[in-house]
Amino acid sequence: MPEQEQMVAIRVKVNGKEHKLQVEPRLLLVELLRENLDLTGTHIGCDTSYCGACTVLLNGKAVKSCTVLAVHADGGEVLTVEGLAKNGELHPIQKAFGDAYGLQCGYCTPGLLISTYQLLQRNANPSEKDIRKAIAGNTCRCTGYQNVFKAIKAAAKGA
Amino acid sequence: MADQDKSNGQKRWVGQRVPRKEEGRLLRGQGKFIDDIKLREMLYLAFVRSPYAHARVVNVNTSAAEALPGVAAVLTGREVESLTSPFIEIGPDQCQKIADYPMAGSKARFQGEPVAAVVAESPRLAEDAAELVQVDYDPLPAVTDAEQAEKNESILHENAGTNVVWRGVFEYGDVEKAFREAASVVEIDRLHFHRFSSTPLEPNVIIAQWDNKDGRLYYWCNNSFPSFAIQFLAPHLRIHIDQIRVQTFDIGGSFGIKITNYTQMAVCALASRKCGGRPVKWVETRTEHMLSSAHGNERTFLNTRVALDKNGVITAIDSRHIDDCGAYPRYEPLGCVIWSQVFPGVYRFRNAKIDFTQVVTNKCPVGPNRGYSRMQHLWFLERICDICAHELKIPADEMRLRNYIRPEEMPYTTPNGCVYDSGNYPKMLEVGKKLIGWDEWKRKQAEARKDGRLIGIGIGTTLDSGTNNFGQSQIINPYAPFSGNSQGANVKLDIYGEIVVAVGSCPQGQGHETTAAQIVADLLNVTPDLITVRTGFDTERNVHTGFSGTYASQFAVSGLSAVHGAAQKLKKEMLRLAAFTLNAKEDELELGIGAQGPEVRVRGTERSIPYGGLANIVNVNSAVMPEELHEITLNCRYIWRAPFKVPDKAKKYGNLTLTYASQLHIAVLEVDRDTYVPRILDYVAVDDCGTVINPPIVEGQVYGATAHGIGAALMEGCFYDEVGNMLTSTFSDYTPITSVNMPNVKFGDIQTPSPHSFNGAKGMGEGGAAPIHTLSAALQDALFDKGIIIDDSFNNGDRVYHLMQQAGKGKKPARVKPRAVPA
Ligand code: FES
Ligand code: FES
Repeated sequence: MPEQEQMVAIRVKVNGKEHKLQVEPRLLLVELLRENLDLTGTHIGCDTSYCGACTVLLNGKAVKSCTVLAVHADGGEVLTVEGLAKNGELHPIQKAFGDAYGLQCGYCTPGLLISTYQLLQRNANPSEKDIRKAIAGNTCRCTGYQNVFKAIKAAAKGA
Repeated sequence: MADQDKSNGQKRWVGQRVPRKEEGRLLRGQGKFIDDIKLREMLYLAFVRSPYAHARVVNVNTSAAEALPGVAAVLTGREVESLTSPFIEIGPDQCQKIADYPMAGSKARFQGEPVAAVVAESPRLAEDAAELVQVDYDPLPAVTDAEQAEKNESILHENAGTNVVWRGVFEYGDVEKAFREAASVVEIDRLHFHRFSSTPLEPNVIIAQWDNKDGRLYYWCNNSFPSFAIQFLAPHLRIHIDQIRVQTFDIGGSFGIKITNYTQMAVCALASRKCGGRPVKWVETRTEHMLSSAHGNERTFLNTRVALDKNGVITAIDSRHIDDCGAYPRYEPLGCVIWSQVFPGVYRFRNAKIDFTQVVTNKCPVGPNRGYSRMQHLWFLERICDICAHELKIPADEMRLRNYIRPEEMPYTTPNGCVYDSGNYPKMLEVGKKLIGWDEWKRKQAEARKDGRLIGIGIGTTLDSGTNNFGQSQIINPYAPFSGNSQGANVKLDIYGEIVVAVGSCPQGQGHETTAAQIVADLLNVTPDLITVRTGFDTERNVHTGFSGTYASQFAVSGLSAVHGAAQKLKKEMLRLAAFTLNAKEDELELGIGAQGPEVRVRGTERSIPYGGLANIVNVNSAVMPEELHEITLNCRYIWRAPFKVPDKAKKYGNLTLTYASQLHIAVLEVDRDTYVPRILDYVAVDDCGTVINPPIVEGQVYGATAHGIGAALMEGCFYDEVGNMLTSTFSDYTPITSVNMPNVKFGDIQTPSPHSFNGAKGMGEGGAAPIHTLSAALQDALFDKGIIIDDSFNNGDRVYHLMQQAGKGKKPARVKPRAVPA
């Protein structure tokens, strides 16, 4: 029988916006984003930290938000796919994915965009091997990755 | 971006690299997937599942779960049985005696089968409560092997009295004569095609609301063949089909796997009704998906004999096939005939006898997974081709050239009456060999062999048959009420002149919005961005037929034919109305974009009426219309029907599919001598899907299908232990292919337009699972010198290790029997 759990107060900045919330201690960061904040661009594709559909930046580092408790994000800053475009303009990485047909169903795309964002922040000129490694934790079931590689290369050139 | 059409100077969008219309929302994280939808008063459902593969459900105690605050209801399998009728069975005789319900009542038949469902105020509460449901089981012996199941020692469905779902013999030509006259006969004891699933990244998600207010049942779901789902749901729930409204939006992949989620749709509906009409959402976890959504068909090929003439041309095949459909047939036994769409594959042999059986086993039910039923058979044929080539010492490329159906024979009628519309397999081989650098690799391979390196080069040639003739169901069951194929679409000018297209498909990334817009843009002479395409299924749009959905490689033919038909109807009406308003003859008019936007104008004059003007007259200004024009609606629905006949059921003969896209892949791989892991060194995929509507979309489908095939061949499998525990029930165990395992694919294409479609296009996307055949062939080539026959479609390092350990021990799994060549 689960105990009536205590709610925990947290503050978290998501895509530049401050939120104060009361959450169950077991709430996952991805659930906080999707359910409490209605930021449904971040997806869930597995339950063993394999697929990366849930990837967001937490304090500047890419994390699988299905594997982080919401309370761990207390006092932190999160960037999700919804925070990439500025003033309605797509981020260059988003544009590159579109131009290269780097998505089909689009379910994996938000996670891939965030992983790419982190890669290019750390390495402006990644080799193909760097690219493959950077998105090894992002499963895509539709594209066979070929056009994703092209998109990331193009984004790196444009950056 | 658009081509100029030479004949009339009009731009053409078909065939161009038109950017995908779906991209904007998906890139911004604004896609509308079902789990993104929140409804007022929504409840959440969690299933309680059987840990046993086969067990009697003795007792289900729900009281502790019901007592938990926040739990709205608990539903048991027995309760579902009392409220519903079993789902329709497609198969004949014994299939009709199988009682398939969405949850196990008195008996669970696979690990993960639902036995109860809990509905609560939050997803987490529902899961907590599901753990409080106590189920007493009495385990029964499980059968997980098809050959074992066929012995009927442990029976899954007692009413049916047998585990055999269907059995039939497909025989054409004169098989015995061909064997008598053969120069050699190759015998292969056993080949096995393994179970896997394309595992769409978005799991199954359903919201159901059985609304008290109007008595209707509303679905927001990601089912990928909704018109089929409602045909199953209405009789099951004992309601009119019109009571059900199904809507789909963005779908995160299906590959056929989401066709059978109608079973969970039923449970969600009953749960909503039990909770007074509150909406109920169910979101499948990945583990649930692996255990209990759907897997692809597993097939075993026994006692295969192949007759060949003195040139290595295959003249006859005789074999027995057993297909394993898991615990319930559901979409099956359609797979027992669907493989025969590609009966001879790409080969010319005219004599064959295939004795086909399908059985149930205590494993997850199968569903029509990408390449459904044809890929198993094509793999079998490609294995035969390679094994015979190696046994007879004929090079693999030469073997194929001798056996391919020739381009000049197209359209080609197969021994079982299917008509291959077009294709040029030798040409594809030539393109593929050039792209991979065949001679160079052969040279490198010979060099490397001297150092003991195990490098193999393999070819796979496959077909992707698209647009089914559902009449093939009557070959399975003469009383099946299906034949032909159809799709619906509607194209209208809305009140302010907007062009709006609706179509009965539910795409999952195939770019239907874009390709439909390209077709309409060409007909109405506008740009694709001016066209709104409403995709995602909605029964209320009234554009579906009983075959509407997205499955079986057909949108470019069935979907676009429907869109084209509707747009043509609209164009005719627009011209008629414009002729009246402009006081001109229809043949003096042209469509195009003027200063104010899209308009119909009198050629060579300033006289024109904008599309909005025409829409205004029909919708809100109709008093200006003369009576003889009253039938004009500018809202045109069109149902496209494929030109099929009902096949000859007794002879199992007839045309079963409209188009045959083809694929030729070549792989070079090396087996690591320390780890035994096969690693791809080079890879080529050549595709022919007739006229291409949008090249990058087609290319993307080829890459995606290639990844699924490579994953399945080397990494991915749904495996069970002997008591029916699933061993690959998470992504971490199943290991879907990732960016580090996927080789770079060199893409090549040829286009042999189909004479069977209005636009020359062929349905594509499934891709015939070419990589599985190709990688088996390459591995065969790498290991043949060691006396190894690749007899399984799954070959990871572990399996290759075992193959190499066993090489040379026991009876050789394939043998040539040379025969006296008849004079
Ligand atoms: S949902 Fe987080 S890794 Fe799969
Ligand atoms: S585009 Fe569908 S999972 Fe990547």
